[in-house]
Amino acid sequence: MAYKRSQILICGGTGCTSSGSVTLVQELKKECVKHDILDEIEVIQTGCFGLCELGPVVIVYPEGTFYSRVTIEDIPEMVEEHLVKGRVLDRLVYTEKGDGHHPLSISELGFFKKQRRIALANCGVINPEDIDEYIGFDGYLALEKVLTSMTAQEVIDEVKASGLRGRGGGGFPTGLKWQFAHNAVSPDGVKYVACNADEGDPGAFMDRSVLEGDPHAIVEAMSIAGYAVGAQKGYVYVRAEYPIAVHRLQIAIDEAKEYGILGDNVFGTDFCFDLEIRLGAGAFVCGEETALMNSVEGKRGEPRPRPPFPANKGLFERPTVLNNVETYANIPKIILNGAAWFASVGTEKSKGTKVFALGGKINNTGLLEIPMGTTLREIIYEIGGGIPNGKEFKAAQTGGPSGGCLPASLLDTKIDYDNLIAAGSMMGSGGLIVMDEDNCMVDIAHFFLEFTQDESCGKCPPCRIGTKRMLEILEDICGGKGKEGDIEKLQELAEGIKSSALCGLGQTAPNPVLSTIHFFRDEYEAHIRDKKCPAGVCKALLDFKIEEETCKGCGICAKKCPVDAISGEKKKPHVIDTEKCIKCGTCIEACPFGSISKA
Amino acid sequence: MAELIPVENLDVVKAIVAEHKEVPGCLMQILQDTQTKYGYLPIELQSTIADELDIPLTEVYGVATFYSQFTLKPKGKYKISVCLGTACYVRGSQGVMDKVNNILGTIVGETTEDGKYSVDATRCVGACGLAPVMMVNEEVFGRMTINEVPAVLEKFN
Repeated sequence: MAYKRSQILICGGTGCTSSGSVTLVQELKKECVKHDILDEIEVIQTGCFGLCELGPVVIVYPEGTFYSRVTIEDIPEMVEEHLVKGRVLDRLVYTEKGDGHHPLSISELGFFKKQRRIALANCGVINPEDIDEYIGFDGYLALEKVLTSMTAQEVIDEVKASGLRGRGGGGFPTGLKWQFAHNAVSPDGVKYVACNADEGDPGAFMDRSVLEGDPHAIVEAMSIAGYAVGAQKGYVYVRAEYPIAVHRLQIAIDEAKEYGILGDNVFGTDFCFDLEIRLGAGAFVCGEETALMNSVEGKRGEPRPRPPFPANKGLFERPTVLNNVETYANIPKIILNGAAWFASVGTEKSKGTKVFALGGKINNTGLLEIPMGTTLREIIYEIGGGIPNGKEFKAAQTGGPSGGCLPASLLDTKIDYDNLIAAGSMMGSGGLIVMDEDNCMVDIAHFFLEFTQDESCGKCPPCRIGTKRMLEILEDICGGKGKEGDIEKLQELAEGIKSSALCGLGQTAPNPVLSTIHFFRDEYEAHIRDKKCPAGVCKALLDFKIEEETCKGCGICAKKCPVDAISGEKKKPHVIDTEKCIKCGTCIEACPFGSISKA
Repeated sequence: MAELIPVENLDVVKAIVAEHKEVPGCLMQILQDTQTKYGYLPIELQSTIADELDIPLTEVYGVATFYSQFTLKPKGKYKISVCLGTACYVRGSQGVMDKVNNILGTIVGETTEDGKYSVDATRCVGACGLAPVMMVNEEVFGRMTINEVPAVLEKFN
C-alpha cells in the first residue's frame, strides 16, 4: 500500500449523511486533485463517531483535528490551509459548550473522556465497506481462533464466563442462551442463528450505528454463534427504515463470501455457515423475539406463547438463538481478549459496557459507550455537556416505550441492569432521552402509551383493550377532563396488564405511566385538580394572553397568526380570540417585546 | 425515483413472485418488492400474489395490513413524513407536524385528493442528532422549527 501522509475521516452515518456528508467526500477529493495531492491523502468514509449533533464531522489525521458542522463551502479553504499549508483551520475546530475548551485533537474532547469503546471500537475508525480494513483491525481473528482451536462448548463457556447479558434490553445471560440452543435437539439437525436489528425504540440508534460503522463484526459474531450452537444458517432482521445499514451489511456479507469467510468449509474446517438479511416492515412488536421469528417466516408479526422457547422451537420450528446487534458486537472482543478481560469492566452483575443513544434536551446529542456503573450524572453533564439554554434538568427516560423516567434525585444512580429496574425503569436497548422543565411528564406518558397502543398487535386482550383504556384516561387528563380517582384507575389497569399480557410489549407498556406517576404525581394532580399544565405543554389547559401594559401594537403577532385569531388597532394593545386560537405558539415566538404568555 | 408500474400490468408482480417463490418465508419480500414497483398494494395485486403462491388471499391481506410500511392506497407525489420519535417529540416535532397539516390541509396517514401530498408520522429515522426532523421523499430536513415549515414545503410545490 502506498504511503499516505494524511488520512481524512468523514462520518457517513445516517445523522451526518442527512447533513450532507456524502457531498463533502466528493468535494474533498475534487479539491485534492486540484492541488495535485490526492495520491498523498486518503479520504475515508466511516461509520458514526458519535457526536451527531456536530455533523457533518471531519477528522484529519495524523493530528486528529476535529472539525464540526463542515459545509461544502468550507472544503476548498480546509484543503488549502490544512493539507497544503499544514495549518489547522481554526474557525472550524469545535469549541466545547460550557467551558469553551477548544480541543486540538479528538482525544481531548470531553465527550470521549469517560467512554470506553468495545462494541463501537471500530465505528468511526474504519471504512465499513472494506473488509480489508476490518481484517487490519484484527477482524475475523476471533472466528479463526474459535474454528481452529476451540470446541463449541469452550466457546459457550467463554461467553458465559464473560458475564455478557443481552443488550436488547432484557439482560438475559448470552452464554446461557447459547447453551440452551446448543443442547436442544433438532429433528433434522437444522438450527438457526438470528440477529435482532429491528431497533424499534423511537430515539435509539445504537444498532443502526454498529451495522453502518462495523458490519463485519456482526457477520463474524454470528458465525461464532453458529459454530457454538451448531447452526448452518443465520438471519439478520433489520428495519427497512435503515437503508444505509442494510446496504453496508449486504456489502459485508458479499465480501465475506468472496473471501471464503461465509459459505462452505470456512478456513478449511468442516464449518459451513451462511447469512441472509430479512427486512422488517414497520412493526414495533417485531422486536419481540417470537414475533420477529414469525415475521422472518413471512407471517404477521404476532408473538407466540412461550414455552416452547426459541432455543428449542424458534425459526421454522427449529432451535434458534437470537441476539441483539450490540450483544453480537461484543463477542469477537470477548473471544480475542478473554472472558476475564471483559468481566473486569462494569459492575458485579452487569459486565462490560453499554451503548446509549443520547437525545432530547441535551447539548451533545449522539452515540456513546460507557462502562456499566457510570452514573446518569456523568453521562448527562460530563459526556452530554448538560442541558441547553440554561434550562433545568427534569427527567431522563431510558428503556423507550417499555421503560421509565428517572428524576433529578436519581442522577447519581449507577447505570446497570439491576439498578435501573430497581429505580422503576429498565436498561432497554439504550435510548436515553433527556427532558427539561419545558416537558410535561403527563404528556410524555401519553406519548408513549399512544405509541404502544398503536403498535399493539391485537393478539391478546390485556394489551389490546387495556392500553386503549389507559390511553383514554390519559387523553382526558391532558384534555382538561381528568377526574379524581383517575390516577388510581391507571395504576390498577397497569398492574393488570403487566401481569397478564402475552409478550414483552404489553407487559412493559404501562411502565412509562407508572414511573411518571411515581416520580411526578404532583404534575398529574395539577392537571386533574387545578386543570393546569405546569410545563405549559397540554394545549387544552393553556390560555394565551397578550399583556396590555407591554404590548406596543406592532401587529407582528397578528400577521404571523395562522388562524387570524389576533386583532387590534395599530399602536394599541392587541387581543387574542380564545375561541379561534389553536395555541400553536407562533405569536409567542414572533413577539419582539415578550408580551404574550401562556398559562 | 423510478416510474411506477400501473396496476393493470400484472406481469411484473408475477415475475417478482417467481423470483422469490422457493425461498422459505418469502411473502414479506414479495410484498416489499411489489410495493417498490407499483407504489402501493391494491387488492388486485394481493390476489395475484395469493394465486401465484397458491395461498389464501386472507393470508396475504393479513400480512399487508399488519405492517405499517405497507399501504393499500397510493401515496402522494411528495411523501412528507415528520418524525414523532421520542427525541424529536421532546424537541417539539408535534408542532412541526401540526404546521404541515395546517398549511396543506392534510390529515396524517392520508393523501390529498389531487394526489400531490401525503403526510405520515414516522417513528425515528435515526437522525436524532438533528431533531426535530422531517422528510420529503428521500430528503431529510433537520433542526426544524415551526417557522421553517413553509419554506421547506415551498420547495415541493
